[in-house]
Amino acid sequence: MSIESPLWEVFIRGQHGTAHRHVGSLHASDAETAMNNARDVYTRRNEGLSIWVVPSNQIIASSPSQKGSMFDPSQGKIYRHPSFYDIPKVVKKI
Amino acid sequence: MYAQQVESTGSQPKSLNKMNPKERAFQERIDRGERIEPKDWMPEGYRKTLVRQMGQHAHSEIVGQLPEGNWIGRAPTLERKAILLAKVQDEAGHGLYLYSAAETLGKSRDDMTKELLSGRAKYSSIFNYPTLNWADMGAVGWLVDGAAIMNQVPLQRTSYGPYARAMVRICKEESFHQRQGFDIMMKMSFGSKEQKAMAQDSLNRFWYPSLMMFGPSDSESVHSAQSMAWKIKINFNDELRQKFVNQTAPQAKYLGLKIPDENLKWNKKTEQYDFSEPDWKEFFEVISGNGPCNIERLAARNKAWDDGEWFREGLMANASKQSKAMNAKD
Amino acid sequence: MNDPRFHLALRMGDNSLILAQQNSKWCGHAPTLEEDIALANVSLDLMGHAQMWLGLAANIEAKGRTADELAFLRDTQEFRNALLCERPNIDFATTLVRQYLFDAWHLEQLGLLCAGSDISVVEIAQKAFVEVRYHRQRSSSLVIKLGDGSAESHTRIQNALESLWPYFGSLFENSDNDYILFKAGISELPASLRTRVVEQLSADCGQSTLTLPDSLFYHKGAVQGHHTENLGYILAEMQYLQRTYPSSNW
Ligand SMILES: [Fe+2]
Ligand SMILES: [Fe+2]
Ligand SMILES: [Fe+2]
Repeated sequence: MSIESPLWEVFIRGQHGTAHRHVGSLHASDAETAMNNARDVYTRRNEGLSIWVVPSNQIIASSPSQKGSMFDPSQGKIYRHPSFYDIPKVVKKI
Repeated sequence: MYAQQVESTGSQPKSLNKMNPKERAFQERIDRGERIEPKDWMPEGYRKTLVRQMGQHAHSEIVGQLPEGNWIGRAPTLERKAILLAKVQDEAGHGLYLYSAAETLGKSRDDMTKELLSGRAKYSSIFNYPTLNWADMGAVGWLVDGAAIMNQVPLQRTSYGPYARAMVRICKEESFHQRQGFDIMMKMSFGSKEQKAMAQDSLNRFWYPSLMMFGPSDSESVHSAQSMAWKIKINFNDELRQKFVNQTAPQAKYLGLKIPDENLKWNKKTEQYDFSEPDWKEFFEVISGNGPCNIERLAARNKAWDDGEWFREGLMANASKQSKAMNAKD
Repeated sequence: MNDPRFHLALRMGDNSLILAQQNSKWCGHAPTLEEDIALANVSLDLMGHAQMWLGLAANIEAKGRTADELAFLRDTQEFRNALLCERPNIDFATTLVRQYLFDAWHLEQLGLLCAGSDISVVEIAQKAFVEVRYHRQRSSSLVIKLGDGSAESHTRIQNALESLWPYFGSLFENSDNDYILFKAGISELPASLRTRVVEQLSADCGQSTLTLPDSLFYHKGAVQGHHTENLGYILAEMQYLQRTYPSSNW
């Protein structure tokens, strides 16, 4: 019985200079084939100018059980957001 | 719909106060409209039902390539040929996106494929009907994709993140499918006598099977109640079917075609169309393997898989040679 | 039709059309979903080329025929595609190698047409060139990998190379028109591409444990409309609606 080809995650940078964005996954036997398949599967409507493919098993994901310790602390740091500061209206361009 | 027969846990959804704390926190997240992601805790029933539903949906997309694929070689103009090929190719993509979504829950595409090939997994009944004339390419786009879109648009808000994101991509691509179908219907309905006859014949054959796509009435079904509580099903089948009839009847009238239902008429009181139910006995036969094309459809998928084995194996063999050579270098 | 460009456009268009028609039959039946989608992309590109070339042929002819009429209302002996394109879809190896051999010729041919003197030809060739560069990369990548994959994939690719080889030469057959086109600076003689294309193919094979056939023999006649039996069946299917319901609007 044959072994299934590995899974790859596909990231594409579109027209407007934005960062690469995850668009989906696919199967391919190796990196070159994964890149070709990504082009054929995920840029059929002119979506992309640059493609990254990454073996799915190489992605290290944060675990949901750590969600609290990973993300809650930043919730307290409201001073990182510009809206935290009241600047008088007479002061311009800040 | 594309997943017409998804069995859920088989019992009524539990009320919040009967749930254990984990289940309850999970349900509350869903009620708040949060998305569930692959690594999040989820009840076993949720996971199983989703895998089954996404699998059926994916199978429907790729088996759905076959009835339309049947006419790519015979499309009557260069442009129609390109449009039809692009459309059927999109369906392959939809299958791929949905298999990928299901894979996030730990079920491999190969496993799902084997379930389809062995006849254990279901796919939408509609694709077991034959495509007999060119107008069928119109009717399938207009009615079948039309019905599918009706179901898929709300699924963009489904609770499982990867499924919802796949649906967003699919809906974007679907938008031309129904229109190209209606465009064919217009050409046929307003064309020669023979063309108009093909269009009518096609509507006659595809009307009731399209109504069946929404599945039997499920307002009493415990499966549906649980799936709706989990937001992996958004609307009742009858609700969508009614909406579909309301939308389609005036379109048929525009084409000058007659929907094959003597009971179809506008009801002023309900402000809806009254219409006849499809033959549900036929539906259960088709979904359990006795449709006019079940044998051909499964045979075609099996042949593609068996004939393609050397190709898949060959590429994997080459990949392992490459990585051995790399390791030898290091 | 005296304008030799008509024959060039027809030959280019027919090659793309017949190959696209054959490839498109794999939609829904390919070995993987990814390959299904990729091959459909190639077919769609080729269909686009066919539309452009046949459109150009129709313009040059100026008898009111359209690209569609050229595609759907000519009979086998009027088609000018090379015999390679009409070889049947025996299995996926034959399909892939057919595409691979075609791509190698196609890219070289389009490159030369881009440098020609006729602007309408150059425009189409430039558009097609970009797409065909990818076709060539994709098909050669697969052929090289499968040639050096499993024992079975090697055998299948090798057999396909050998069985298609006598039809491959048909792409390089010179016709009387080709000499006129050559003198006018519009295109090179088809036969003059052969050495370069074969060199590229053998470089690929060298990476892949494949043996490229070295016979110079090939089946002639496509340039005069003498085809293999299969073309009749391809056209019977492709032209069925236009023939059964003539002058309908689709
Ligand atoms: Fe779809
Ligand atoms: Fe669709
Ligand atoms: Fe669909």
